[in-house]
Amino acid sequence: MRVQLTVNGEKREADIEPRLLLVHFIRENLLLTGTHIGCDTTSCGACTVLLDGRAVKSCTVFAVQADGRAVSTVEGLEQGGKLHPVQESFTQEHGLQCGFCTPGMMMTAVALLERNADPSEQEVRQAISGNLCRCTGYVNIVKSVRAAAGKIRESKSQAVPVAAGGK
Amino acid sequence: MAVEIGGIGHSVKRKEDARFIRGKGNYVDDLKLPGMLYLDIARSPYAHAKIVKIDKSKALAIPGVLAVITGEDLVPLKLNWMPTLMSDQQMVLPTDTVLYQAQEVAAVVATERYIAADGVAAIEVEYEPLPVVVDPKKALLPDAPVLRQDRKEKSNHIWHWETGDKEGTDKAFREAEVTVKEDIYIPRIHVSSIETCGMVASWDRINGKLTVWMTTQAPHAIRTVIALVAGHLGLQEDKIRVISPDIGGGFGGKVPVYPGYVLAIGASVLTNHPVKWIEDRAENIQADSFARDYHITAEVAAKKDGTVQALRVKTIADHGAFDAAANPSKFPAGLFHIITGSYPFEKAFVEVDGVYTNKPPGGIAYRCSFRVTEVAFTIERLMDTLARKVGKDPADLRLQNFIKPEAFPYQSALGWEYDSGDYGRALKLAMEKIDYAGLRKEQAEKRKKGELMGIGISSFTEIVGAGPSKHFDILGLKMFDSCEIRVHPTGKATARLGVKSQGQGHETTFAQIIAEELGIPVGDITVEEGDTDTAPYGLGTYASRSTPVAGAATAIAARKIREKGKLIAAHLLEAAPDDIEWKDYKFQVKGVPAKTKTMAEIAFAAYTNHPQGMEAGLEAVDYYDPPNLTYPFGSYICVVDLDKGTGEVKVRRFVAVDDCGTIINPMIVEGQIHGGLTMGLAPALYEQINYDEDGNIQGGTFMDYLLPTAMETPNWETAKTTTPSPHHPIGAKGVGESATVGAPAAIANAVVDALAHLGVRHIDIPITPWKVQQILKEKGVAE
Repeated sequence: MRVQLTVNGEKREADIEPRLLLVHFIRENLLLTGTHIGCDTTSCGACTVLLDGRAVKSCTVFAVQADGRAVSTVEGLEQGGKLHPVQESFTQEHGLQCGFCTPGMMMTAVALLERNADPSEQEVRQAISGNLCRCTGYVNIVKSVRAAAGKIRESKSQAVPVAAGGK
Repeated sequence: MAVEIGGIGHSVKRKEDARFIRGKGNYVDDLKLPGMLYLDIARSPYAHAKIVKIDKSKALAIPGVLAVITGEDLVPLKLNWMPTLMSDQQMVLPTDTVLYQAQEVAAVVATERYIAADGVAAIEVEYEPLPVVVDPKKALLPDAPVLRQDRKEKSNHIWHWETGDKEGTDKAFREAEVTVKEDIYIPRIHVSSIETCGMVASWDRINGKLTVWMTTQAPHAIRTVIALVAGHLGLQEDKIRVISPDIGGGFGGKVPVYPGYVLAIGASVLTNHPVKWIEDRAENIQADSFARDYHITAEVAAKKDGTVQALRVKTIADHGAFDAAANPSKFPAGLFHIITGSYPFEKAFVEVDGVYTNKPPGGIAYRCSFRVTEVAFTIERLMDTLARKVGKDPADLRLQNFIKPEAFPYQSALGWEYDSGDYGRALKLAMEKIDYAGLRKEQAEKRKKGELMGIGISSFTEIVGAGPSKHFDILGLKMFDSCEIRVHPTGKATARLGVKSQGQGHETTFAQIIAEELGIPVGDITVEEGDTDTAPYGLGTYASRSTPVAGAATAIAARKIREKGKLIAAHLLEAAPDDIEWKDYKFQVKGVPAKTKTMAEIAFAAYTNHPQGMEAGLEAVDYYDPPNLTYPFGSYICVVDLDKGTGEVKVRRFVAVDDCGTIINPMIVEGQIHGGLTMGLAPALYEQINYDEDGNIQGGTFMDYLLPTAMETPNWETAKTTTPSPHHPIGAKGVGESATVGAPAAIANAVVDALAHLGVRHIDIPITPWKVQQILKEKGVAE
């Protein structure tokens, strides 16, 4: 089947089997290997990407279901050489060790902060409860996400309001 | 200056993170090579069965399936069995019998991952089920079916191991004023690192060179093992390159050799193509190395005031179908004889019997430090039982009994020489942090109201850093470790080590040790591990041995460079070497602060203007044979609240005080402790792999093998004391496993404490809501 989708802002096209999972399409066809596979029961969230802005487990979506839609992966977080606040905070707060859950964890965090600019500790814990981490004990991940939220709020409050009609 | 250097004691941010946060790590499954094929494995649905027939034809008929490998195909290559680290052997693929569910039965090699899976589904195997043995105690009964027909001994008994003074211990028990005894089962669990195991094997027929990228914690040992096992097929050690790239967590599950690795290598040699094997989660949990599974009976003899005198322990160890426990060869029960813990038992005797059952092999994994998880849980549970028996507070009983600080180095009744410790200080700090006295008051008030709240303590002593060559080897390879440092002409350095990080931050912390010793900023030092063509030989990372052994080698290699640097400095500064001192991270003429040379200046001179008679260059290597292990310790206190309706245990607070001597990077140590505590919480409350009578695995996927999420995991509170290891070059002890060793007893003790007034003395972990609810019902307090 022919699919057309936008991945990290770039148009991608491919001929694929209907049974191909999105996670394999991303990793094997597009060679974006930041998205990982940690289980076979949709439990671990290591494969989390954004599909039209929503966090989804890409091991539980067929690639053909992403036809015509926008996918964001960890590789798309850094823009123009500038790290996303979530990436920065994971480093500063030591929110990762082996790094295997990190891409999925960060994508979940990005989706959370889009809908909740100032999550409480409990809200962060709930939001990332579909992402398993075996190294950190979550404490520093929670700190990382809340630190990132602070940075995003600060940068938005400092931003110059755009003129009417602007986007 | 010190901050810029980023030496010992600084929370330097991790170098590793730059790639991981961008999705640019290099894990095994990220690798793609031209012409690469995929291998997938067909596994047994039965726990014990005869293989009547394997029909490959339908699998081979699938376009893209290139080969199906069975045990019979491996016989001419002498690869249907492989040796284990415990002088046993393990099937790679069976020729006649399978011994556990999910055991490897056949392998499919195909052009694509999905086609390989189709091939696996198309293999038809005819089985004839045999009687199954899942209970190790029943396995020892005379009429039990003998599982291992390949062995001379017609019994399921593997070995008996004992140590200590049996007569003296028995006498102490006969004469004791007080004795307590518990039967404790420490259930089978699994590390479940988020990355499973896998390999890409690439055989280069022209040059006779085999390169493997694999999830291994011990790449050099694996290289030697491959040469020993497959040498007869022309694989020789100088032409085997094992690369352990970024590893998505190990936790001991990536020490052993699994059949999948052997099959991938075999398939690459057979097909002349690179072959990738990546297992899925179910395979990982169901067939790779398990942890624990110890049935322990432990007794303490004491005076009536609670002063401990003697310890007697008898254990049945379930090892599954093959003894593939990743222990040092002289220690079939690991370092189980650290079981006297933090207490000065005068007499002790320990015996362990290893038993075969129809389950996968393993035993040593999951931050166990070679069975220290089992012993810390046991002794800390028994100290609570004893406290209750003699009518003392468990904190008071511990403080009364601890080995005193002045007694170190302390010779334990079972033969270990503890390096240093101040156990009372750690426990008192934990009590202060959590307000122990206040909690006990609160508990008394809650009890009056019928509410269930418990406080649990665990004051453990670890033993890590295996180990001295006199006693410690793996397959005869002495358990040293190594570091090689090269300082380049421009003053930057590259260091390579014989250990292998799986997230513990070695690329950062080993650079910090070198920065401290050589005054080279941490950002100018590149640390590499895991490539056997380039890194010096080492025994790998497990059992918290990296800091004690490779950390020591790093400091000593750096000091060798500094010694040479001093001679170069003397030459450059036109002074006698004895007049040169190392001060503020520079060489200086004694008493003349204006006359200094930085390590960068020394390095440049080492290549451009080295003294006559001296070798050019600036580098050193050290292979460190530790004189002893290190003995970190800690005191943990946990507060739990029990829901009388659901039986749920809620961890309200958990304070962990750890002491691992000199701390290289406090941020990284804290992260290790957070993770370790969560891996202590998991077996205490959630995780277990169980087998039904037919040998079917229960808890074999993440649907029912319950890793804690952020919702179950409490906000860990940590603190530290610092008691350096006197024998270690920088005074540092290992710490990576301490929290997993120490935490389960604190949690179990807290739950038992919440129910103690109802007459509850022990509950086996995991303490599930169902188990608690049964107790509440039985005691008539369920709501």
